[in-house]
Amino acid sequence: MKEKARLVRRHIVEMTCAAGSGHPGGSLSSAEILTALYFRVLKHDPKRPDWEGRDRFVLSKGHVAPALYAVLAEAGYFPTEELLTLRELGSRLQGHPSKGKLPGIEMSTGSLGQGISVSNGMALAARLDSSDHRIYCLCGDGELQSGQNWEAAMFASHYGLDNITVFVDRNRLQIMGDTEDVLSLEPLEEKWTGFGWNVIVIDGHDLERIIEACEEARRCKGRPTVIIANTVKGRGVSFMENNPDFHGKCCSEEQKDLAMSDLEGCL
Amino acid sequence: MPVKKASQRSFFGKALAELGEADESIVALDADLGSSTKTSDFAKVFPDRFFQCGIAEQNMMGTAAGLAAAGKTVFASTFAVFATGRCWDQIRQSIAYPQLNVKIAATHCGISVGGDGASHQALEDVALMRAMPNMTVICPADANEAYKATIAVASMPGPCYIRMGRADFPLITDEDAPFEVGKASILRKGKDVTLVGSGQMVSLCLEAAEMLKEEGVAAEVLNMATVKPLDAEALIESVERTRCVVTAEEHSVIGGLGSAVAEFLGENGNQPMVRVGVRDSFGESGDPEELMVKYGLTKEDIVHAARKAIARKQKKKGFLWRK
Repeated sequence: MKEKARLVRRHIVEMTCAAGSGHPGGSLSSAEILTALYFRVLKHDPKRPDWEGRDRFVLSKGHVAPALYAVLAEAGYFPTEELLTLRELGSRLQGHPSKGKLPGIEMSTGSLGQGISVSNGMALAARLDSSDHRIYCLCGDGELQSGQNWEAAMFASHYGLDNITVFVDRNRLQIMGDTEDVLSLEPLEEKWTGFGWNVIVIDGHDLERIIEACEEARRCKGRPTVIIANTVKGRGVSFMENNPDFHGKCCSEEQKDLAMSDLEGCL
Repeated sequence: MPVKKASQRSFFGKALAELGEADESIVALDADLGSSTKTSDFAKVFPDRFFQCGIAEQNMMGTAAGLAAAGKTVFASTFAVFATGRCWDQIRQSIAYPQLNVKIAATHCGISVGGDGASHQALEDVALMRAMPNMTVICPADANEAYKATIAVASMPGPCYIRMGRADFPLITDEDAPFEVGKASILRKGKDVTLVGSGQMVSLCLEAAEMLKEEGVAAEVLNMATVKPLDAEALIESVERTRCVVTAEEHSVIGGLGSAVAEFLGENGNQPMVRVGVRDSFGESGDPEELMVKYGLTKEDIVHAARKAIARKQKKKGFLWRK
């Protein structure tokens, strides 16, 4: 799995460089979360993307589409060669995920703050259908500044939606800098607890810990779980790490060589 | 002769409860206004398929999207002003773009909301919904049509906006008359001017046509219940004969039915037209009837507009700039 995460990172750098734009920073910080989900946690079948019993994954932070596309391609939803068409005219790999265009995309996202609400609806539907599939959602930390998340958080705990697991990719950076300088999120754990959620805090680059946390979430009954995953934005590429400049900018050709060599070795 | 009136909201609630009986995939969402929007009728019978979202419309629309993505047919209801303005982005991103099966059933549209005033009088909602790709926009003329539209959209895939009023409106369509999304209906034949109405303004078009008859003018009344997609065929068929048009809507003249007709005629015809609607302003508190007068939404306003349109048709030689 570590090898998968490394491959995913390489794809992210290659795709965003080929496209000349995209969001490498947050894509790199969520590489382990997505790898663990698609290779260990989610009940899914790339051959049957519409299988009703599958677990659902909603990428609320839609701008890290490159990471999701890389994982989906590695999982077998579509050929990895297609990754390099990211953001091209006519490509199924839209700049932000578009439902119905590409197999494996459960919801169109990109305007931040909407994924937990969508997960709420999917979770209610699973309950109505007496299906035991689970809903997973990945949010950025910056997007939690948006009020809709907290409407959604209130709703999920009110209805006791214990089939929802939300990840917060807590890389602490957004476009204009540190989340705590832009609009502080802390105390984040207490916020979620106050909204009635089961809160688990982990190292978001520790694959085993991610899998364990999902197991803990599955065992928690009567309330939804949020996993606050502490991560490093730009993780794995030396000059991108903790650098907000690479939130929404790809690297130059020279930088790309350095990035790829950073990603040669084991993480 | 006293006119029979009925509530669009009540007929919507009745239709929704009937749909729930026939189809288990129907679910309803409310944002703490169910007793007014009448989703409470559904809630009483199907509490398990009714979800109270509280005063949190953005989450309601997102939740609706998630339910629809999982195969449910979702009716999400609140007042028109909140349903469209407060969560426009949620509708755009999570419902319209992925083409999900969410029916936004909004009540309390227009100036006739009355006493609550401008904050609650949606006069821009049709413009907001009409500009959105994949969205169907329906403004039923009366309670019978509100009922039929509700039933019709349930079996039509994709997003839809249904616009209903607060007050009781005159019943002008027949209970047994067919209703088809995207089809206008001619309620009165005439050769001199076409009055195209939506919502409760259709009944005022009929009254205006009666007044015009006394002046020797034969007005045709077209009920454009579906504002998007516009029934261009019906419009052409009528306007080719009458050669001038008046639109009437309980909405801003910007972006609603009048705009839709003007856009179509601007590109495809050159018939004079006059719009009856609210002239780019907010409303205010007052009795609905007083407000309809103050904001230019009466049968007299339609008659006046028809005279103007006909005069322009008769004098038409190039552009005429006139009040």
